[in-house]
Amino acid sequence: MDTLLPIQDRGGPAQPLLLATGLRKHFPVAGGLLGRTTKVVRAVDDLTLSVAKGETLGVVGESGCGKSTVARLLIRLLKPDKGTMVLDGDPVDEPHGITVNELRRQVQMVFQDSYASLNPRLTIAETLAFAPRAHGLPAAEARERVRDLLTKVGLDPASYSTRYPHELSGGQRQRVNIARALALRPRLIILDEAVSALDKSVEAQVLNMLVDLKTELDLTYVFISHDLNVVQYLSDRVLVMYLGKIVELGPVEAIYGNPQHPYTRALLSARPSMDPRKRTHEAPIQGDPPNPIDPPSGCRFRTRCPFAEDVCARVEPPLADTKFQAVACHMRVAGSGHSKAMAA
Amino acid sequence: MLLYALRRLIYLVPVAFGVSLLVFALVHLAPGDPISAIVPPDAPKEVVDKLKEYYGFDQPLPVQYLRWLGVTLTGDLGTSIGTGRSVAAEVGSAFGNTIILAISATLFAFTLAVILGTSAAYAKSRIVDRLVTMISLIGVSVPHFWLAIVLVIIFAVELGVLPPMGMGPENSTGWTFDRAHLAHMVLPTIALSVIPLGVVTRTVRSTVKETLSMEFVTALQAKGMRDSRILFHVLKNAAPTCLAVMGLQAGNLIGGSILIETVFAWPGTGFLLNSAIFRRDLPILQGTTLVLAGFFMLLNLTVDIIQTMVDPRIKRG
Amino acid sequence: MALQSPSLDIGGAVLVKPTPTSAGRGYWQSVGRRLRRDPVTLVCAAILILLVLASMASPWLGMADPYKTSMLRRLYPLGSPNHWLGTDELGRDMFARLIYGGRLSLFMGVTPVVFALMIGGSLGILAGFVGGKTNMAIMRVMDVFYAFPSVLLAISLSGAMGAGTENTLLSLTLVFIPPICRVSESVTTQVRGFDFVDAAKASGASAFTIVRVHVLGNVLGPILVYATSLISVAIILAAGLSFLGLGVKPPEPEWGLMLNTLRQAIYVNPVLAALPGVMIFITSICFNLMSDGLRAAMDVKA
Repeated sequence: MDTLLPIQDRGGPAQPLLLATGLRKHFPVAGGLLGRTTKVVRAVDDLTLSVAKGETLGVVGESGCGKSTVARLLIRLLKPDKGTMVLDGDPVDEPHGITVNELRRQVQMVFQDSYASLNPRLTIAETLAFAPRAHGLPAAEARERVRDLLTKVGLDPASYSTRYPHELSGGQRQRVNIARALALRPRLIILDEAVSALDKSVEAQVLNMLVDLKTELDLTYVFISHDLNVVQYLSDRVLVMYLGKIVELGPVEAIYGNPQHPYTRALLSARPSMDPRKRTHEAPIQGDPPNPIDPPSGCRFRTRCPFAEDVCARVEPPLADTKFQAVACHMRVAGSGHSKAMAA
Repeated sequence: MLLYALRRLIYLVPVAFGVSLLVFALVHLAPGDPISAIVPPDAPKEVVDKLKEYYGFDQPLPVQYLRWLGVTLTGDLGTSIGTGRSVAAEVGSAFGNTIILAISATLFAFTLAVILGTSAAYAKSRIVDRLVTMISLIGVSVPHFWLAIVLVIIFAVELGVLPPMGMGPENSTGWTFDRAHLAHMVLPTIALSVIPLGVVTRTVRSTVKETLSMEFVTALQAKGMRDSRILFHVLKNAAPTCLAVMGLQAGNLIGGSILIETVFAWPGTGFLLNSAIFRRDLPILQGTTLVLAGFFMLLNLTVDIIQTMVDPRIKRG
Repeated sequence: MALQSPSLDIGGAVLVKPTPTSAGRGYWQSVGRRLRRDPVTLVCAAILILLVLASMASPWLGMADPYKTSMLRRLYPLGSPNHWLGTDELGRDMFARLIYGGRLSLFMGVTPVVFALMIGGSLGILAGFVGGKTNMAIMRVMDVFYAFPSVLLAISLSGAMGAGTENTLLSLTLVFIPPICRVSESVTTQVRGFDFVDAAKASGASAFTIVRVHVLGNVLGPILVYATSLISVAIILAAGLSFLGLGVKPPEPEWGLMLNTLRQAIYVNPVLAALPGVMIFITSICFNLMSDGLRAAMDVKA
């Protein structure tokens, strides 16, 4: 058992902290006469992403696009059907790499529902001490660690240690959740809709705290949310998901300033604004989100895209680099056959 | 919907196999030679061996099981060791008598339970609520076979207004819808219905109360709907849970009527089971248990399917 | 027999609300405190404790010997000198038989439930936490037992094994294992779906530690409430088995058995014949009320 010192950096700043390649996760849906699996929910399909050290990667998308599945895959609460993960150069769950347990020492998660993510029977101190104790930290040091963690998230240890979750407000509970994620001194924290359930004013406080913690503790974030404004505020790079696939990926200025994919453009222009001069010029997204059990062929967005053409149904657009970002759309790929694409 | 029912039925097959195995094992793992029930203990060995061969008791157990299963699936449940009649016939007539009692008990218990439970849920006065709660507590706590004896003491022994046992007057077979037979049915029905009454009253009260607190009721009231009409909607909402509990209780009644039938010497399956145990009449024992268990399974399946149909929240298929 | 408590078994809708406590106190301590303050629970507990103590202290209380028969003093009515509750059909003192019978009847009610709780509870929690094929295997086996109404199962088992205290205990334990297992599995599956269990998994602790620290505390409550509600059923079932001659063997005093042997007396001394049932009734009510009290004590919204 190690003594829970912070894990040393390997590979230097150029090496991605986390590299996930070709992740796939399908969930079987029971059906048919004998309850056999007849259909699958294709939650995540051939997804590749990398997280650089010290950055905040924002992940946006509608409900049901697979963001939470990605989160759970990255921390291995779910085992991917296909695909590999490499943490700072070490393959995960493979013979010459690190085990899933070792992964969990370096990658932690903050959940959305602040109430259900805390055991109602344990005090705050007991909850926070659980992970360190499980990794062998002696009781006295664990207590010290708990005090330290509570102070870091802005909660007074003396008053909060012996309280129970139901005695805390939503914002305080999320602070505890963040403290819990920090307990093992991880390098990467995945925040799955971590501030979505909070009141706006509380949300702002927690966000600022997250920013401070990141610098202070040298953390890397993957920030998953459906709230575009929050993602813009927090992220360095943004990844846009639709129905289990990445449709656009790039620096936050590029994505928000010059969105290339029709979906991203529609999402961004659908944001309500207090400024009456900002008018929406984009076509709205038509139709309902399709069923992840039977996604459309070719480009999954084509059923709601105002620019869809034949090629979109036949060929799935690859995630291709354009000047500032990567887009998965035939319109941006030269010679793809789409009428709006540039000639090859 | 049909697919769902079919799928549930198919799931039942392995369970049914397990049940048949259990029934077979029960009576065969019992201590004591089944033959000893038929022949006196000092019978000569050749006679015993011949009888063993005739009944198939000399084969190894797995073979006996398969033979028994094969024969049973054709509908032939064997012959009673005690009376010599076919088991199927005995169980059949006994089952009919049990059903008569079960139907009257369920009608009485469920009707009363719905009335009491709904009144308690609606009642503004705490006295009514307390009273109903007490009634249902008594229902689930009272040993029903003791209640049966008490009823016999009061109404048959002391007051002499109702007969103490039997299904009909002396020398009558079968059941007819006449005054004498109904008189015989009163006490067993009451005794049998106390437990379902207690359980279902509690369920009705709590489900109706919960439904009343839902916002849609307030919305209906605000729309100006008549109270009686609202009641209809409330009951419809509470129905799935209550029906499920009722189904379970009905099943328990049929399978568990043995105690009451013993007190009243009512010639139903319970009474048959009782005498079969003491006579060690294995074929009757196996046949009755199998039929009762099978009926219970099918009843549960039906209740499940009905609940799925009635409650749109439950996913089908 | 009502083994399925209505609020627990329909569609697995056990509402495991993360139950809050009062400020600063441990959960179980607060439950205990609420129980101690509940008058109904206290009275019921007092009655039961009194019964047990009376039977244990009987030699010193100067009670008659419950086994001593007397052909001359049979079926004495209530209020007879030296036998204030009369004598039974073999001349034994009724009061002594009732108190002694209490010991045995309570034992027959509580013990099978305790055993079934240990076995069925563990199996159910295992099935609920591990899920998958293990869950299916365990629950399918339980389904086979569930195909029988509980009374039928008890009688078949006892009928097969024969009468006697040990056999009855075994038979009743087997009857109660499936429902407790089912409730445990349902509750555990629910708790397992909560985020804090995922968070515990994400912290890299072993499965055993997760169950011990996080799952057990949240799961034992509802299981315990359900199990205590089964005690009264067990007492009545045990008495019923003895009544049919499939349970306790004479000359042991047991309330159900006494109801059977005294049946012949209903024409002679009806009140006497009904007495043992009164005891069953009272005990059963006490346990039911205590079970309700436990459920109320655990279901507090702070």
